[in-house]
Amino acid sequence: MTIAVRNVSKSYGGQTVLDDVSCEIPQGGITSIIGPNGAGKSTLLSLISRLQPLGSGAVSVGGLDIASTDSRRLARTMAILRQENHLTMRLTVRDLVAFGRFPHSGGRPTVEDLATVEEAIAHLDLAPMADKFVDELSGGQRQRAFIAMVLAQDTQYLLLDEPLNNLDMKHSVEMMRLLRRLADDFGKTIVIVVHDINFASCYSDTILAMKDGRLIHQGSPRQIMQQAMLRDVYDIDIRIEEIDGNRIGVYFT
Amino acid sequence: MPKAPALTSPAPVESAATPARGPLRRRLRNASPQLVVGVLLAATAAAVLFFLFFELKGNVGYILPRRAIKVSAMLLVAVAVGVSTLLFQTVTANRILTPSIMGFDSLYILVQTVMAFALGAAAVVTAPPTLQFGVEVVLMVAFSALLYRWMFTGATRSLHLLLLVGVILGSLFRGFSSLLQRLMEPSEFIILQDLFFASFNNVDPSLLGVAAVIVAVVCGAVWRARHTLDVLALGRDVAINVGVDHRRVVMRVLLACSLLVAVSTALVGPVTFFGLLVVSLGYQLCRGFSHAWLLPIVVLIGAIALVGGQLVLEKVFGFGTALSVVIEFTGGILFLYLLLKGSLK
Repeated sequence: MTIAVRNVSKSYGGQTVLDDVSCEIPQGGITSIIGPNGAGKSTLLSLISRLQPLGSGAVSVGGLDIASTDSRRLARTMAILRQENHLTMRLTVRDLVAFGRFPHSGGRPTVEDLATVEEAIAHLDLAPMADKFVDELSGGQRQRAFIAMVLAQDTQYLLLDEPLNNLDMKHSVEMMRLLRRLADDFGKTIVIVVHDINFASCYSDTILAMKDGRLIHQGSPRQIMQQAMLRDVYDIDIRIEEIDGNRIGVYFT
Repeated sequence: MPKAPALTSPAPVESAATPARGPLRRRLRNASPQLVVGVLLAATAAAVLFFLFFELKGNVGYILPRRAIKVSAMLLVAVAVGVSTLLFQTVTANRILTPSIMGFDSLYILVQTVMAFALGAAAVVTAPPTLQFGVEVVLMVAFSALLYRWMFTGATRSLHLLLLVGVILGSLFRGFSSLLQRLMEPSEFIILQDLFFASFNNVDPSLLGVAAVIVAVVCGAVWRARHTLDVLALGRDVAINVGVDHRRVVMRVLLACSLLVAVSTALVGPVTFFGLLVVSLGYQLCRGFSHAWLLPIVVLIGAIALVGGQLVLEKVFGFGTALSVVIEFTGGILFLYLLLKGSLK
């Protein structure tokens, strides 16, 4: 049971943003999608998660074809979080996280649903601010509140578009550790879009590298984190150092 | 230069109200929704009873039914405008656009005018009102579905763009209507003009029954979908993520809005800012986000505003002005305030 992407293309107003992408994202573990701006990373993620209709091609998630499967059924299998989440409603963190149970409860949460909500809140250290309004939180806290919501959805597949956006170093590391724990302890399949190749290198099992709407490389961090590979992706020379068994790209100078 | 009054007028209002507003606001926020609905319900009931029985003398058999018709029309309009505005703001995830601002009721007026123009005003007036109303509603729903679906079912669009499109569409419909009205025979135009003037003093009683049925059916469907509406208010992406068929639900909500706007416009004519006024007040009074509470609160505020307002106008000011004028004035100022406050992001 994997996420299978077959010959997916997408264009907006004559401009091709995704060009015949095919890949298999393995079950379990963390898969990171990297690539320069405008490579089509977010578009790929929103096509997989049915936020945007497929141009052509097919996607199946855990054996469910996303075009033909009931949306609520899919919502119990896969959760997606985009990078920008704007709320017009004034609601508390707990209310927001509780919306994650909607695919299961249909808006009438049971005792178990509420327990799952509290668990998700605790997982993201949001317990002290659970009754605060979301618009009173800092950017990072708000980001974590939304992640708690998709966590409460309790799905096998978790798709996150730049989950580290808005987070400082401490919270970025904590976020990646949490994702690692979800993958290792709960067997979840996590797909993230990240900009920092070093987070991708240190925490993921598979890296997909995209450029100009195409998937150009797929492999383990060890295979992708090589100077020649990264030059292909980013058009700059990145020195690779190995520190404690992790490959780190030095691209600041 | 024309902008100056709009820019300066909200400022003194705010500075004058700030010291008193803080604690009152907090107290309002902390009121439970049950309490708010209870108080509003009592106030509505009081206003309705007062309207029906205050200074009831003379020919009771004549006056009471007339007052009953008026008050039922106001209640129906309160439900139709309140619910349609709330729904519309929910599915578009904003607090400024309303069906009226987007030109829904101008569209309805255009449909009425075109019918009168094609068939002759005499035919429109002599035809059974129910039949005429039915045809108009069907046309209205069809046209609004065609026009507005592309705007709201796709990916998120800029609110500024939508507002602009709405204003332009509204002016287009109004302009086209008035062109047709000028081409008509003056006598026919006078007959037609009666239909368009927002007033609770000349409601057609035969329409009330049909209107009540439409409003009841739509509200029943809306009530059943209240949990889905809560999710829709979080925006398109989140709604799809938790398994809501966004496109289908938005189409249904737009359909419900067209029906409700048609009902209220047919009964009393266009009221542009009334919906914005009651829904904004509703959000202020309701601590939660849940439509199970927002819906009744908005409807009750609308009922109090209409019945209470009409009462004050009739008893205090002796029909000195039309209620719609007062409501549009207050609502228009609120609209400017919301725009300037920067809710339009």
